[in-house]
Amino acid sequence: MKKSVILGTLTVAGLAAGAAGAATLDDVKARGKLNCGVVTGLVGFGAPDANGEWQGFDVGVCRAIAAAVLGDPTAVEFIPTTAKTRFTALASGEIDVLARNTTWTFSRDVDLKFDFVGVNYYDGQGYMVPKALGVSSAKELDGATVCIQTGTTTELNLADYFRKNNMSYQPVPIETNAEAQQQYLAGACDVYTTDASGLAATRAAFENPGDHVVLPEIISKEPLGPLVRHGDNDWGDVVRWTFYALVAAEEYGITSANIEELSAGTDNPEINRILGTEDNLGAMLGLDAGWAKNAIAAGGNYGELFEKNIGENTPIGLSRGLNAQWTDGGLMYAPPFR
Amino acid sequence: MTTLSDPPRGAFRLSMLINDTRYRSYTFQFIALVIVIAIFGYLGSNLMANLRAAGLNISYGFLGQSSNYDINQTLIEYSSRSTHWRAAMVGILNTMLVAFLACITATIIGVLAGVLRLSPNWIVRKLMAGYVEAFRNVPVLIWIIIIFTIMTAVLPAPNAFRGDNPTASMLFGAFAFTNRGLYLPAPVWGPGSLIVALVFVASIIGVFVYRRYATKLLYDTGKLLPMGWPSLVILFVPTLLVFFVLGRPISLDYPELKGFNFQGGIQVLGSLIALWWALAIYTGAFIAENVRAGIQSVSKGQAEAAASLGMRPNRIMNLVVLPQALRVIIPPLISNYLNITKNSSLAIVVGYMDITGTLGGITLNQTGRAIEAILLLMLFYLLISLAISGLMNVYNNAVRLKER
Amino acid sequence: MSDTHQQSIGYVRDSMLPETAPPLGEAGAIKWARANLFSSVANGILTLVALFTIYLLISAVLPWILNGIWEAPSIRACREILDGATGGCFAVLTERWNQLLFGFKYPSDIYWRPTLAFVLLFVAIAPVLFRKVFPAQMLVFTALYPFVAYYLIWGGSILIPIFALLGFVVGYLVYSRFVAQSFAAGFFGGIVAALLFWYVTGFLPVEGILALEEVPSRDMGGFMLNLILGTVCVSLSIPFGIALALGRQSDMPIIKWICVVFIEFIRGVPLITLLFVANVVLAYFLPPGTNFDLILRVIIMITMFASAYIAEVIRGGLAALPNGQYEAGDSLGLDYAQKMRLIILPQALKISIPGIVNVAVGLFKDTTLVSVISMFDLVGMIRGPILASTEWNGVYWELLSFAALLFFVVCYGISQYSQWLERELQTDHR
Repeated sequence: MKKSVILGTLTVAGLAAGAAGAATLDDVKARGKLNCGVVTGLVGFGAPDANGEWQGFDVGVCRAIAAAVLGDPTAVEFIPTTAKTRFTALASGEIDVLARNTTWTFSRDVDLKFDFVGVNYYDGQGYMVPKALGVSSAKELDGATVCIQTGTTTELNLADYFRKNNMSYQPVPIETNAEAQQQYLAGACDVYTTDASGLAATRAAFENPGDHVVLPEIISKEPLGPLVRHGDNDWGDVVRWTFYALVAAEEYGITSANIEELSAGTDNPEINRILGTEDNLGAMLGLDAGWAKNAIAAGGNYGELFEKNIGENTPIGLSRGLNAQWTDGGLMYAPPFR
Repeated sequence: MTTLSDPPRGAFRLSMLINDTRYRSYTFQFIALVIVIAIFGYLGSNLMANLRAAGLNISYGFLGQSSNYDINQTLIEYSSRSTHWRAAMVGILNTMLVAFLACITATIIGVLAGVLRLSPNWIVRKLMAGYVEAFRNVPVLIWIIIIFTIMTAVLPAPNAFRGDNPTASMLFGAFAFTNRGLYLPAPVWGPGSLIVALVFVASIIGVFVYRRYATKLLYDTGKLLPMGWPSLVILFVPTLLVFFVLGRPISLDYPELKGFNFQGGIQVLGSLIALWWALAIYTGAFIAENVRAGIQSVSKGQAEAAASLGMRPNRIMNLVVLPQALRVIIPPLISNYLNITKNSSLAIVVGYMDITGTLGGITLNQTGRAIEAILLLMLFYLLISLAISGLMNVYNNAVRLKER
Repeated sequence: MSDTHQQSIGYVRDSMLPETAPPLGEAGAIKWARANLFSSVANGILTLVALFTIYLLISAVLPWILNGIWEAPSIRACREILDGATGGCFAVLTERWNQLLFGFKYPSDIYWRPTLAFVLLFVAIAPVLFRKVFPAQMLVFTALYPFVAYYLIWGGSILIPIFALLGFVVGYLVYSRFVAQSFAAGFFGGIVAALLFWYVTGFLPVEGILALEEVPSRDMGGFMLNLILGTVCVSLSIPFGIALALGRQSDMPIIKWICVVFIEFIRGVPLITLLFVANVVLAYFLPPGTNFDLILRVIIMITMFASAYIAEVIRGGLAALPNGQYEAGDSLGLDYAQKMRLIILPQALKISIPGIVNVAVGLFKDTTLVSVISMFDLVGMIRGPILASTEWNGVYWELLSFAALLFFVVCYGISQYSQWLERELQTDHR
């Protein structure tokens, strides 16, 4: 076995010389696979199921990008990243796109040199407490012990919130969501705080979800979205517009069910442009004319992805809220395709 | 003579760099040096190129920025407005604390288990062998997780202490074992407590003086003064007298269940206890093996000679066997201490905020300064290791058999 | 005389009495118990305490195991079957058995390949471990094993491992051609020849020739990952360890200091920081655009880590050899390479074997640390996908004891072997 590693190293070193310096889009096409960084396991957003297939909302975005670029939604290599490793993995080129419920912040965008291509989930940090505690507002949490997942913006928000309200608390930092659940259920902490969507997902996995309540206060803005490396604008455009194609598809009523029918040609020029039957938008991105069609066919439009993975009929049971289309009073708003 | 055995000194030729053993070593060293420099240069230039491509730079400025996060165990003053550097300091102290506690506990456990493994009692011997094998052959990470799970899943939550019919109660009304940690009474230093403390320190010195006097008396005159109970009397009686005379200046602050948690007293965090005991029990198994090997290395004749002089088994152990065994036990013991310090970096698994958790964890995540943070982290552990192995060398030189 | 006695004195016994059994308190189990368990009051108390501890352990664990549920789709179903009684939900083990052993991404229809590689590992390692029992010819298979194992586990074209093997053969041929002149010429010539051979064959089309389904190393997981990391890193680190140990013993100050700094640096930092380097930092030090697999980066770091420790063990072995051995080599007129190869190293390595085995056990245990950097080894599988799943959220004890048991079996086996070997070596050394 040891020899093979030596050989592997040699081959890799040999390959490296040729691969250096190419643009991400060309890399992905040459490789035939998209390397997509995902969470190590958060039900609803990205987690392997019992058969080892990755499932989830963020995973759906990865599959859509792969379908748009390579025409095959399964041509994705899912690379699990922790809060600690995600940014280096992206910066060093190990992954092409990071779709790992990552909050868009100033310093990540500017200082760490990444580009957030959009927001696929508008979230905010909330608190979950056992009902038996009789707490109805986060303002009553003075002196509580709070479980947090380390390495996220939640730690900072938590510190800010308690300082602002002049309350004290004891943080219990925990590596993974599974361990946080264990601690919380055992009563090692009174409160569990993370993004409200994560709280809902966690609560859904409990034996008696009814015994726990999510407090009404949302203490932060957490726009979660896919991100790419700063500087490779062509690739950024591909990811951005693939995502917006999903959003626009919902707006115009393109679903995975009727997409074949619609791609035969419709009276709506916007739909035609998205599906590539009018004006070749794909060519401008360096993709096929049917790029958006493939992306939408991969897992459905934005609304379908939402409903299938985290919507009200799933165990996670999130309502659309801010993530509804702008026509329904939400924030999902795709720029025009023209 | 020397002129005869010296080879004739010919003129230097280039081929001598390879063929002549006198010069060949220079060639090899030169090549090695060039290779090392080339490797570092290559890595460095890659680093520069990568950083330039990503638009990043190496800077330690983040250490001076405000950290914005809270830490649950701070031995020095710290708040979320303190700097990242301060957070790293808190982490270092937390590492030292858990390593110190675990080293002491592991030594006690290890010595006990090591001695008991040689006990004439069959069942105890087997039990200790079971302990040693079970802990030596399972990864420390698994033990840390198991003990942490015991801490959180088996011990009661503070809630259980509440209500008219609590399912859990405090030990002696003073100690509360909860899954958030152990709550114990904290001393409150009233006026006059300084005198009590001084008297206590003086008593400790007094005990040493008395014991030295007794030993001297024994050697000079052969008269054996009792050692045990007078020491205890000297240690406690004056302090207690002063304590009551001054009207009990030191009182205890008992932990009390208020709001969400116990308030008052001292809280020992659950994560600290879990890590501390996991490391102590795990390393204790290794120390037990060293102790056993050390004791077995003392030849049987020594113990038999002592026995034939009429010494009691306890004294044989304390005065004859252990002092000789220590020379074998101490060096691996110190490297076990080193292992404890290094293994304490697994604190990250239980959420204990040591240096890996603060500087190598939250700070790294929040600032994204991976290279700088990890470099500092390695530097810290390296310094600790060098300090400990320096100590070990000093000790080794001190106890080396003085051969005359 | 005797006759008269017998007849005249009636009270003299004329035949031996049969031996009676010793008194009840001095025989059998009771005597053993008195000698071993209750020889003194303190000992008696110790015995009682020990018995009580054992009773506590058994009474806690036994019903849990005996009452265990082995068939259930989820923890809730399992708890329903138990209905409040004590018992383990071992169903998680049967349900996720393959995930625990192979990770969740290794294709399930080719589980036979790593299993076969695992079985062959024993065949390959047996002649190394028990030289006296197995014929020396079996060592040929040991030499072939790495290539076979690579082919089985990773798949791909059979030509890749064959070329790798041929590279070594070429290197060896060149080495044996030149070694008679000078060891250095043979050694470096061999390395250059092998590298050249690999470089040239790198251009040949190899795809699809007798190919097994290819599995990227990212898909390795579960206990298999621990075993791969353990075996690869230990076997790789032995040659590096020898080189470092020799370097540290060397008279050449620069080489000596390079080795000392490397060894002390690696031994001074925890493995977890090196893994962080592999995971977070190493990518910055590679040429732009290169992409090492995480598993390869981890192998590099763990190998460096293990080499430093093995170097110290071998240095101990070198130091333990009496000076006369070195002087004897010198007086025979051997040069450094010959002396080391023919006299010093064979003896030093033999002394160091138990130490190396101990390092190997420690390293194998430390492979669980990769779970901290989001690799799904056995512990990573448990902490990540299995405990996070809705079905098995909360089955800690069953999973953790299973992991502990697996490691215990392997490590205890190896350390028993090491002790046996130590005894074996002792007899012919002293």
